[in-house]
Amino acid sequence: MANRKKKKAQQAEIIRQPSYRARRFTVLAVLALAYVSLIWQSVDRQVFETAFLQEQGERRYLRTMKVSASRGMITDRNGEPLSISTPVKSVVANPRVVKSDNQTIGALASILDLNPDRLRRQLSSDRSFVYLKRRINPDQAEKVAALEIKGLDLQSEYRRFYPSGEVMSHIVGFTNIDDQGQEGMELAYDQWLSGTPGAKRVIKDGSGRVVNQVENIQSPAPGKDLTLSIDRRLQFLAYRELKAAVAKHRARSGSVVILDAQNGEILAMVNSPAYNPNDLQDRRSSKLRNRSVTDVFEPGSTIKPFAVAAAMEQGKFRPTTPIDVSPGYMKVGRYLVRDHRNYGMIDVATVLRKSSNVGASKIALSMPPENLWQLYTKLGFGSSPESLFPGESSGRLPHFSDWSSFEQATLSFGYGLSVTPLQLARAYSVLANDGERLPVSLLKQDQQPVGERVLRQSTARSVVAMLESVVSRDGSAPLAAVPGYRVAGKTGTAKKSVAGGYAEDKYLSLFVGMAPATRPRLVMAVFIDEPGGEEYYGGAVAGPVFSKVMSGALRLMNIPPDKPWHDDKLMARLGEQE
Amino acid sequence: MAKPHITFHESQPAKAQGLLAWLHIDLPLMIALLLLVGIGLAILFSAGDKEMVLLHKQLIRLGFGFAVMVVLAQIHPDNFRRWSPWLYGLGILFLVLVILFGELGKGAQRWLDLGFVRFQPSEMFKLTLPMLIAWYLAEQRLPPSPSRLIAAALFTVLPVILIAKQPDLGTALLVGSGGAFALFLAGISWRLIAVGGILMAAMGPVTWYLMHDYQRQRVLTFLNPESDPLGTGYHIIQSKIAIGSGGISGKGWLNGTQSHLEFLPERHTDFIFAVISEEFGLVGVVALLMLYLFIILRGLYIASQAQDTFGRILAGALSLIFFVYLFVNAGMVTGLLPVVGVPLPLISYGGTSLVTILASFGILMSIQTHKKLLPT
Repeated sequence: MANRKKKKAQQAEIIRQPSYRARRFTVLAVLALAYVSLIWQSVDRQVFETAFLQEQGERRYLRTMKVSASRGMITDRNGEPLSISTPVKSVVANPRVVKSDNQTIGALASILDLNPDRLRRQLSSDRSFVYLKRRINPDQAEKVAALEIKGLDLQSEYRRFYPSGEVMSHIVGFTNIDDQGQEGMELAYDQWLSGTPGAKRVIKDGSGRVVNQVENIQSPAPGKDLTLSIDRRLQFLAYRELKAAVAKHRARSGSVVILDAQNGEILAMVNSPAYNPNDLQDRRSSKLRNRSVTDVFEPGSTIKPFAVAAAMEQGKFRPTTPIDVSPGYMKVGRYLVRDHRNYGMIDVATVLRKSSNVGASKIALSMPPENLWQLYTKLGFGSSPESLFPGESSGRLPHFSDWSSFEQATLSFGYGLSVTPLQLARAYSVLANDGERLPVSLLKQDQQPVGERVLRQSTARSVVAMLESVVSRDGSAPLAAVPGYRVAGKTGTAKKSVAGGYAEDKYLSLFVGMAPATRPRLVMAVFIDEPGGEEYYGGAVAGPVFSKVMSGALRLMNIPPDKPWHDDKLMARLGEQE
Repeated sequence: MAKPHITFHESQPAKAQGLLAWLHIDLPLMIALLLLVGIGLAILFSAGDKEMVLLHKQLIRLGFGFAVMVVLAQIHPDNFRRWSPWLYGLGILFLVLVILFGELGKGAQRWLDLGFVRFQPSEMFKLTLPMLIAWYLAEQRLPPSPSRLIAAALFTVLPVILIAKQPDLGTALLVGSGGAFALFLAGISWRLIAVGGILMAAMGPVTWYLMHDYQRQRVLTFLNPESDPLGTGYHIIQSKIAIGSGGISGKGWLNGTQSHLEFLPERHTDFIFAVISEEFGLVGVVALLMLYLFIILRGLYIASQAQDTFGRILAGALSLIFFVYLFVNAGMVTGLLPVVGVPLPLISYGGTSLVTILASFGILMSIQTHKKLLPT
């Protein structure tokens, strides 16, 4: 019985005792399951997905980086630098990595001279690349590097410097922050100047810093240099005198163009107002225009030599051919053409010297309109001078079939057509170059360009000879004279057209001329737009600018004087100078 | 009940082991632990970018941890049994103090500064909770009565809630699992386990509601890491890439790109497993897991050989907590589980858990080496 009881108790105990074997098995089973899943997960990643994940990893640390190439230098004809690239640093940041705490922000803001609030905003964006400041000074770059901020990097770039400042501003132009040409020759020859950026493969760490370079994919090819036809010395001289004249006469603007008569190169081209290309703030649109090629004007009397030349080509006129310009005006159609006063019976040379509108009109009306139009067209009026300068204007020359006889007359003294300063200078260079027209160029020419005959040599020479008298004491521009040199030129004082006709008090004062007249080397056009003072005649306003710039230019170019030694005036002036 | 006899023979080693026996060290466990710690230092050297300062600090912590382990191994398990209610009570007191006066760090209130020492009271529950439950349930005949079970469950839930409040989900999880293992090993019926499981599942939505935003975000990220690859998914994506690019044989020690290029976040702490995977490949991962498995199995063996119920439950629970450490960390890094801040035991850089883990091995060694010779 006792035994039974004991057995029963034992049985009960067995039933009540939980099954530890099952528990042990469960523990081991769970352990095994966990291990299988862990190992399976690893096998999955490291065997089946490894190629994909490895590629993903490389995509995160292997990067192809651009290596910026330096832009070609722009120089003047003597190799003086006009636009140069210097290596600079730009501060770039990965806002997701950079800690934007007050200390960091404060230090950066003070070094980079930035507004702390703006900096904070930039650094709290969720992008992974921002420029904090571009093109900083080397000492700033050093200080930034010394901060050793994680996620901040200094990127090498190039920035353009323009050593000649506003003097060259219109010719050279400027580039934008990404080193692409925006204006002037920087724009016109952007492709030539631009280098080809290279590429390299680098390893970058999690915060975007380059750890090391793996391979060089392509070396950067620097851009090619560009040599302009401009002579920096002439440019400086012309700009100085023009700026002074524009200020003196309170003019709206002004332009001076100097051409090499013998090969068509543009030696100087300045405008006022100009801007400082190194100063972003100064780039206002009113200052940006290279008025010498973009702005068009009615040239006034400066066109007269070409009307005379056209008539001489016809064989109907010689310098001595008499023309009756009395009584100082003439009726053409319904309109009146006037002179300042009645010059009476004068010859063709005097028509130019005294700038008689009546005389010029009579000469123009003596030939078929087609002939005048043909010459004007061949001289380049109404068509682009093809200097390849951006924004170049063609001016306007109406077709002869649309001319009335009054228009034919006004075209002989410079109304009814519009030209740019460059176009007018170029037309005069035809006279200077014995009647041959050369292509104009802003780039230095290695060989003599092929010209196109526009006038007979004899015509060109006799027109130049007549124009010499303009600068004489009884001509319209004695102030344009250059001591030691014979100068040929023509004044112009054009009324400016406004809406509904011509303004009574707005003038364009011009002088276009060449020297030395015996064998012209330099051609110069001076435009002063809307002089505000009492003086507005071309001879008085533009003439002195011509004289000063031309005398300096001739000396700088070592062009021998051609005026006789015994000239009293020359001796006197030389005495004054010494 | 003849087993203690065999154990006696085992624990009566040859003379060469005399010193170890005298020090109450379990040789297989000790060798495995030293091996693991050695590997851990080598990996830490690589993951920490050869920073010697990191290694020095870790070495000091390890030295302290091993000292604690050896000290605890000297203490007879009976003492642990006797102390357990007091230790538990003291721990709860500390947790309350943390809530009242604790120091804030990284958005959580976990630390208690007692003036002379700064520590995380939550850590000690990884030891004291299993101890308490083992004591409480071993007092009576097993299986435990329903009222005792309910009390034991409450003992578990109380610290877990207090720790989760800090918030410290990782530790709460480990402490909670420690209590659950102790209950399981004490032999609650399968029916109750099933009921508990269903209750837990039902608690899911409630838990979701109680979770902090960042915790919810972690779960969402776990379900679809690509949903926010730059924000919360960044950790897990970078970790996957690091593991995957290791391939079968790995890139070699010190040659991991993802870790050395600083793409892998937390690479010397919670995500060190990814560094191992990248540098030693599948082969290294499996070898390491096997070393861990040996330690876990040794712990479970010690449990099975324990002389009394208290020792069995405690040793089993501690071994299983160690396993949970490993599983949660490795699972998180490999993308099996959501991101929970649990370190890779004995390898991750960091102090508190290192000491706790080594202390638990000290208790295991104490249970293994203090055995009475039973009369046959």
